[in-house]
Amino acid sequence: MLEIKNLSRTFFPGTVNERKALRNINLTLGDGEFVTVIGSNGAGKSTVLNMVAGKLQPDVGSVTIAGKNVTKMADFRRAKYIGRVFQDPMAGTAPTMSIEENMALAYARGRFRGLGAGVGAKRRELFVEELKSLELGLENRLKTKVGLLSGGQRQALSLLMATFSEPKILLLDEHTAALDPQRAALVSRLTNQIVERHQLTTLMVTHNMEQALQLGTRLIMMHDGQIILDLDSEQKQQMTVKDLLGEFEKIKGAQLDDRTMLQ
Amino acid sequence: MITAVELGLIYAIMALGVYLTFRILDFPDLTVDGSFTTGAAVAAVSIVNGVNPWLATLLAFLAGMAAGAITGLLHTKGKIDGLLAGILTMIALYSINLRIMGKANTPLLGEDTLISPMRNAGILGSWTSIGIFFLVSLVLVAAVVWFLHTEMGMAMRATGDNQEMIRSFGVSTDNQKILGLALSNGLVGVSGAVVAQYQGFADVGMGIGVILIGLASVIVGQAILTQRYIWLAALAVVIGAVLYRLVIQLALVAGLEVNDMKLISAVLVVVALLLPKWKGFQKIVKSFKRTPAPAAESKEEVRTNA
Repeated sequence: MLEIKNLSRTFFPGTVNERKALRNINLTLGDGEFVTVIGSNGAGKSTVLNMVAGKLQPDVGSVTIAGKNVTKMADFRRAKYIGRVFQDPMAGTAPTMSIEENMALAYARGRFRGLGAGVGAKRRELFVEELKSLELGLENRLKTKVGLLSGGQRQALSLLMATFSEPKILLLDEHTAALDPQRAALVSRLTNQIVERHQLTTLMVTHNMEQALQLGTRLIMMHDGQIILDLDSEQKQQMTVKDLLGEFEKIKGAQLDDRTMLQ
Repeated sequence: MITAVELGLIYAIMALGVYLTFRILDFPDLTVDGSFTTGAAVAAVSIVNGVNPWLATLLAFLAGMAAGAITGLLHTKGKIDGLLAGILTMIALYSINLRIMGKANTPLLGEDTLISPMRNAGILGSWTSIGIFFLVSLVLVAAVVWFLHTEMGMAMRATGDNQEMIRSFGVSTDNQKILGLALSNGLVGVSGAVVAQYQGFADVGMGIGVILIGLASVIVGQAILTQRYIWLAALAVVIGAVLYRLVIQLALVAGLEVNDMKLISAVLVVVALLLPKWKGFQKIVKSFKRTPAPAAESKEEVRTNA
């Protein structure tokens, strides 16, 4: 479903700030695969996500979604294949528009938007059904401006908006990181439910190792622009947070060794 | 006084255009000063050359749209700052407007215009004419409100609200901005065309400071009416435009001269912008609006729960 080939990108090439964000990344996601991506800051997790979404261009390499090469496609054009939830709960919704209007914006993903009514009676029924699945009572507040919702409610709504029109790929960019633990748990649970229900091919970046182990069918660890660990469903189930930390320690140790060598 | 209301209702068409860019797209568009005159010039020259006044006004709409689209292209494709893009188009339009008219002033005396039947029937400056102008502005408000609830219009609102988000749902924010600027300046052009027909001439300087009138109308209107619904917000713009004219009229009656009008406009905008921030004013408004409490509470909720 998603195929990433030889993806490389260097930021600020030829300057003192030169940084190799990605080094020859290869990653293939099968249909319905749910991959969680962990790694330290600057490991390249978000860069990969942004390249799939079309926010960043690679120096070399290609991104293919459902057999279509989208590497050169503008972000808003490939949006018809991709659902996205951002880290910032404010980022995924339009605050001055109502809940039903936001749902309508999402409903029209990738289609031509003409002069038909944005929210009709038939669509409203569909939106109510979808909103019920969140179990937050939002289906009774269709006319409420989204800006009046709490961060957790907005993120849950963002998640629903990104998914209910069944995109080919779902991208989650630390989408629970800005929420308090209780709401993060709620959004985590909803993520699991929704991905399972629609069988969505998902790429989720997270800082939370427990969440990375809990969710998904495959786990990837990135470091310094490379994929250094790739666990399938079975291996993942046997892993604990402690094991993952151990893996991190190994890398850090290696770095220390490098430095010692240089001295 | 009646003339002031009439003028206010005609300028309300322009103010609705400014509402589209300033409020909906969150784009400070200064093209208005140029496109207002462009509309007037196109309509006046067309009418003088025997074109039907309805068609002439439609041409003014299209000319205004073209002006807005140019600002939009400069801003989106040329990546020029929005304010600067508007200023560039506005300045360029000054020369273009002179080219359209061939001179600085095109009189419409004795021509058939949209207004001349009303003038001939002797209803201009009466409550009947106010009723007609009000009806026209209501139709335009309805059109704008309808558009903003279509799929296309909602994509435009989302573009002004949260660009990143609406791009992630497959909307080209560039196209939305160009379209919004075109529609907005189309309305501004129509307003200029009607003003020219109302006052009996188009003048190359008639657009100077019009953006301030538009902003004053939008801001005064929103200080008075709640923005909770789009139709109320759009209606508030019309009311703001009329109030603006009445304030100008009062200032003139109080002894200020016509030459002071731009200063009055500017002061009015500043007052309308600063007054709502003053706590005493907020209290007064609260006592007028019936149910302000829930909104304020829910806002608190956002902060605590986020």
